[in-house]
Amino acid sequence: MTVARFRTVLLTLAAIVSLAGLADATYLTVQALTGETVSCGGSPDCFRVLGSSYAKVGRVPLALLGAVAYFSVFTFATFAAFGYARARTLLIPTIGAMFLITLWLLYLQAFVLHAYCRYCLFSAAITFLLAGLVIAIPSPDAK
Amino acid sequence: MKRNLPFIIVAAVALVTLASGAMLYRVKRMQLPVVSDSKLPSGTGAESMHIRGNPDAPVTLEEFGDFQCPPCGQFASFGEQLLKEYDSRLRIVFRNFPLSAHEHAREAALAAEAAGLQGHFWEMHDTLYREQASWSKAPNARELFESYAGTIGVNVDQFKKDIDGEKVKQRVESDHALGDSLGIKLTPTIFINNHPVDPKDKNPEGVRAAINAALSGKSQT
Repeated sequence: MTVARFRTVLLTLAAIVSLAGLADATYLTVQALTGETVSCGGSPDCFRVLGSSYAKVGRVPLALLGAVAYFSVFTFATFAAFGYARARTLLIPTIGAMFLITLWLLYLQAFVLHAYCRYCLFSAAITFLLAGLVIAIPSPDAK
Repeated sequence: MKRNLPFIIVAAVALVTLASGAMLYRVKRMQLPVVSDSKLPSGTGAESMHIRGNPDAPVTLEEFGDFQCPPCGQFASFGEQLLKEYDSRLRIVFRNFPLSAHEHAREAALAAEAAGLQGHFWEMHDTLYREQASWSKAPNARELFESYAGTIGVNVDQFKKDIDGEKVKQRVESDHALGDSLGIKLTPTIFINNHPVDPKDKNPEGVRAAINAALSGKSQT
């Protein structure tokens, strides 16, 4: 397999993986908009995480920002897979920022809220996978 | 065609995401409790209702709550604030709706009802919410409930008998059955003059707006 082909395969994989994150974040956004996150009835631990003050930035649910981030990753990865060099340069800092925010959110769950929400853990796993994929993508100089 | 393909793919994903999000939102909104006139909650089982505030108040805020549910705890303290704000114009009714996901919720509801038999329901209600973090994770919550009963002036020996009694069990079960018949799935579920408060409006501004609307509706009739 050529380096270019390998790069395209990894970018395609990143685009597909980001769709799973987009689905997860969309679900959580709907939950936040319908007010389910300020109620009990699902997982008690999820309430502690999703109903906490950390789950919103101002009045905007964090999940909505997550959905925008995953959609951006999908867009950049798709365009990069089709050879748009600019998209690849945008993909790396976007996933880097998501990775750092994910570390912060995991810290909050573990040491501040003492509760883990499975949807948030799934999102963290997706971000780590995306970070792994983006690291594995050969640079444009590689032959 | 290949030049346009990424644009088409990204646009398609955006459309699918927005459409599925909107559909999910609609489905979740359709799951809200719908109250028919024959099932109006505050008119049901009036003799077993726990009322706080002016019993003849023009506005009734009825809560289906679970003592182990953190948002219910937050709502309980907000409820006290509302009673001060609206004074004789508001009464609060509490209904037990212990969720099966919460290990000690049912026993807490039984404890509140057992204290209620001795006229101390609201004291136990407040104590259970205040101490929620302590007993929620305790291996034997019953011992803590008994100690709370002692501190709020309940006869503990009688409380121990009542908490396992049929009367207390029936009260919790009848509240729960009423909640089930109304299609309640989440706690707290709030009704203001028998109209369910939308979960997204379960915040101080939303609840106040619903109470004010109920008050202005009363003053017009």
